[in-house]
Amino acid sequence: MRILWGSVAVGNSSAVALEGASVSLGGHLVWRDADLEVAAGEFVAVLGPNGAGKSTLLKALLGVVPLSAGTVRVFGRPVRRGNDEVGYLPQRRRFDPDLRIRALDLVRLGLDGDRLGVPLPSRTKEDRVRRMIELVGASAYAERPIGELSGGEQQRILIAQALVTGARMLMLDEPLESLDLNNQQAISDLIRTICERQGVTVLLVAHDVNPILPFVDRVVYVAGGHVLCGKPEEVIRTETLTRLYGAPVEVLKTSDGRLIVVGQHEPVSYHPVDH
Amino acid sequence: MSQPGPSWDLVADVQLLLQFHFMHNAFGAATLVALLAGAAGYFVVLRGQSFAAHMLSQVGFPGAAGAVLVHVAPVFGLIVFCVVAALGIGWVGRTVDAGHRAESAAVASILAFSLGLGLLFFRLYAGSAAGIYSFLFGTILGISDRDVQLTFVVALLGVAALAIFGRQLVFATVDPDVAEARGVRVRRISIAFLVVLALAVAITVQIVGTLLIFALLVAPAASALQLTARPARALALSIVLSLAFTWLGLALAYFSNLPVGFFITSLAFAVYVAIRAVKGALALRTGKQHIRRAWSAAKA
Repeated sequence: MRILWGSVAVGNSSAVALEGASVSLGGHLVWRDADLEVAAGEFVAVLGPNGAGKSTLLKALLGVVPLSAGTVRVFGRPVRRGNDEVGYLPQRRRFDPDLRIRALDLVRLGLDGDRLGVPLPSRTKEDRVRRMIELVGASAYAERPIGELSGGEQQRILIAQALVTGARMLMLDEPLESLDLNNQQAISDLIRTICERQGVTVLLVAHDVNPILPFVDRVVYVAGGHVLCGKPEEVIRTETLTRLYGAPVEVLKTSDGRLIVVGQHEPVSYHPVDH
Repeated sequence: MSQPGPSWDLVADVQLLLQFHFMHNAFGAATLVALLAGAAGYFVVLRGQSFAAHMLSQVGFPGAAGAVLVHVAPVFGLIVFCVVAALGIGWVGRTVDAGHRAESAAVASILAFSLGLGLLFFRLYAGSAAGIYSFLFGTILGISDRDVQLTFVVALLGVAALAIFGRQLVFATVDPDVAEARGVRVRRISIAFLVVLALAVAITVQIVGTLLIFALLVAPAASALQLTARPARALALSIVLSLAFTWLGLALAYFSNLPVGFFITSLAFAVYVAIRAVKGALALRTGKQHIRRAWSAAKA
């Protein structure tokens, strides 16, 4: 079964191009025959049930997980680790509260933590780190140990870390998970602002699509061994989502025209996050 | 061997300290040890690998004993056993030093066995209790010129390795997934660090012994990290504290004729406790201020 929704972006402006791509992990096929093209500057939501291979998709685009078939290009070039054009925010729990390293140092590691040798003081690099911290609005707590910061504060720092190399694309794996409602909104707004003002392409893996739904350009759907993509209004529909999740899902429309996705197994409170 | 006691004249004290060749060797080796242990300790504490350090030191014990048995310098045996053990841990993966249940039972059995093996080797050699004693608790006696030379080479290698990949190691420690995506070979660097740690353990055992290894490999860095979260400062402070504990401990041991291991561990412990106490008191005070401010705000 293979479905393709909507049009695909073409031309040199593509940020991501997957062609006939398959990935196997430990002999187990995660997904296959994926064709996907993301245009530069697009805001893309990556949806799908747990274990379907959403994180693996990001890792394939980072060059951390190799393809077993097909090709993958990012900004027109073969993928490789340490690409300064790509910023990555892995799925994670919070930092250990006892971790004694400043938020600032974490951002700096994003800039030159992959280098060998003793880090020497550098005005240019320090300025760059400070500018990124300012951009994400984290200046007030940048000098504090990362473990002492709240989930939302840590997430801002990590976005600064992902962007600090001058990344043109951000890959975020569940960045809204375990944040409270206010912070979910604040972080999604921040990511949208970065996407719009800096022209950064965003690939965001989400469990709960509601906070980002208003500004998603495209939806990539990973389920049942396939990677599919389409426009939000085509994918975010009761019958489509129900089929893809294999469980009843309802899409409601609010009075001001926004869509809200509700899983029917769960209580109709805000959203389920289960791992 | 009763020494004339120390006075308030520091110059005279230092002259007294260094009047015998064995003390030159002790100070030389201990200084090198403190340098590498202080530096490696920063990463040990940041990575939460105290247990790995302890494990390596215990595995080193039969190495030292075995070396004595075959008439080689004990530090050779220490280095060989510790490095092999480090590669073993690295090969099995991080689950072991994270202390997971199944592994921790297995590791505990291996550690007990290795101490027992060391005991046997010493017994086979001469049955000397003094030899075992110095390897368990450290000594300032009997460090030969050859030992100092070897310690110098090992310390140099260890510090150089940390200087080269220390930054990547910090990245791999605090943020392994991003480090991997940025091109750091996280697994490879973890194993490389275990080998450096093994070298540090091997030479540190000479001074503070197998059982007191934490005094130089963990305590200074733990204190330093309480005082600052800046990597460069914490690393420098850890080395400074490690040197201070070692030098003071050697001097006190020399003048009092009591074991050096006792003094180094006591100094390290005292400083750590003092820092925690002061930090606790400060936190309490700011906490009270917050409450008071909140109170007056609520009243107003």
